Amino acid sequence: MKYQIRLSGSGGQGLILNSILLAEAASKEGKNVLQSQAYGPASRGGSSRADVIISDSEIYYPAAEHLELLLCLTQKAADKYIKLLKQEGILIYDSENIKINPISAETIAIPFTQIAIDKFKTSLVSNIIAISFICTYTKLVSFKQLEKAIGNNVKEKFIELDIKAAKLGAQLARDYENGKDISS
Amino acid sequence: MSTDRANIDRDKPVLLQGNEAVALGALDAGLEFFGGYPITPSSEIAEILSQEMPKSGNKFIQMEDELSSMASIIGASLTGKKSMTATSGPGFSLMQENIGYGMMTEVPCVVVNVQRGGPSTGLPTKPSQGDLMQARWGTHGDHPSITLYPDSVQEAYELTIRAFNLAEKYRTPVFLFLDEMIGHMRESVHLPKKKDLEIINRINPTVPPEWYKHFKNNPKYISPLASYGQGYRFHVTGLTHDEKGFPTNKKEEIQAKMDKLKKKITNNLDDLIQVEAFHMDDAEVAVFAAGLVARSAKEAVIRAREQNQKIGLVRPLTIWPFPDNEVERMLSSTQMTLIAEMNQGQLINEVKRVTYYGEHAKYIKLQRYDGTLITPEDILQRISEVL
Repeated sequence: MKYQIRLSGSGGQGLILNSILLAEAASKEGKNVLQSQAYGPASRGGSSRADVIISDSEIYYPAAEHLELLLCLTQKAADKYIKLLKQEGILIYDSENIKINPISAETIAIPFTQIAIDKFKTSLVSNIIAISFICTYTKLVSFKQLEKAIGNNVKEKFIELDIKAAKLGAQLARDYENGKDISS
Repeated sequence: MSTDRANIDRDKPVLLQGNEAVALGALDAGLEFFGGYPITPSSEIAEILSQEMPKSGNKFIQMEDELSSMASIIGASLTGKKSMTATSGPGFSLMQENIGYGMMTEVPCVVVNVQRGGPSTGLPTKPSQGDLMQARWGTHGDHPSITLYPDSVQEAYELTIRAFNLAEKYRTPVFLFLDEMIGHMRESVHLPKKKDLEIINRINPTVPPEWYKHFKNNPKYISPLASYGQGYRFHVTGLTHDEKGFPTNKKEEIQAKMDKLKKKITNNLDDLIQVEAFHMDDAEVAVFAAGLVARSAKEAVIRAREQNQKIGLVRPLTIWPFPDNEVERMLSSTQMTLIAEMNQGQLINEVKRVTYYGEHAKYIKLQRYDGTLITPEDILQRISEVL
């Protein structure tokens, strides 16, 4: 089993943090993990992506090539990376910001930013909602390990808020699996 | 971040960034002084050490630039402290003058260069292997170089400790080179227990202070090293010097000094050189690659083997001194060698130099310098074009 994930959007959206949370949680569960990122000289505004590869066997090439899962938070990222998605892959995107043409992969549209603002009065936690959705939906790592990774990697004052956001992300994933409408 | 780095559970794998692994390796090796100037993509090394070193009473100083950073670690080392700095290409250029001073005055220290695209300020966040020859000939004058080059986060930790050990053992600055992506990526690392680490410390003099010669020659070419403050008086200069450290123009003494610098390295190649042979036993085509590119090459080798193509990889962990004998031997039974580098051709000339004769002296090159990684597909396609 080799699972390649790309988290893409723009600098400042918390995608690199997301990738670290997922990688650390998977590492704690004893899997081979490789996390990498590409970003420009500016930390905010420019395009940003982070990759996580989770595998049963040794991981050599350190970047994701053929994606099992792609998260897009900006239109630019979607336009650039959808072509790397496997036919049987999963595309998860922020439906408020992105329009896509039909593709063969499974597509999940969720207004992460809008949900974050509605429920937590800040868009800052939209990344946490998204990564928790991914963890629960793919079952790659347990919620418990994600929660621990948040505790290890997030500033003290944001831990409580981020864990609430993570719980919401996990609930959204369960709702989606049960066929509930989560598009708004 | 709340990671308690002093109390990492060493029984389990831990997810570490490459730069973080270097910082932890340095602490495990016994680092006591860091002088540096933060620069992308090496900054996390300085950041982590600035947090960790004061906790154990050791010194971290952010210097005003890279010239002084290099000067500071030489000075600190002469007081007996294990010393290190970390930088990237632009800073490595500024350090060259004092690196030469460290080599000439035979001062143990470790210089980390997390390479980015160049020349000049170049590409701060993109990988490149453009500084490999600079590690060999960056500072002026005839001199050897010890340069280690890991291809994983695990190995970044291990080779950091080795860099300190070699610096102490051979009384010389040692370079640890990382690629931007190795410095910034995260992998699971198995940290050994501290009691299981092999740590080498410099040899202190056993003679009384009045007999001490700071550069005393001996059959091993490695002189015991006193520290300032121990009661030993000694003179240190970048001018070519005699055994006591005072400038000389005598041809015998000049020759002896230059031979000492050279032979303490060339007489110990077995100890210094490490090369990995990956699926080379029956390989008909070899890929030669180091650092980050070796990761792409390993993936390419695995995929080629699934198609019954006999491809292997030769990967130097020590790029300087260049592993002449090992590379020559490993490539001697192959029909062709692909040299893959993220530059316009640096190590390819070394491979050609050591394998210039024979059947295997058929080379193809793959050079990429657009800030993106050479992929396994790039390598396989290049080979298929020729086969």
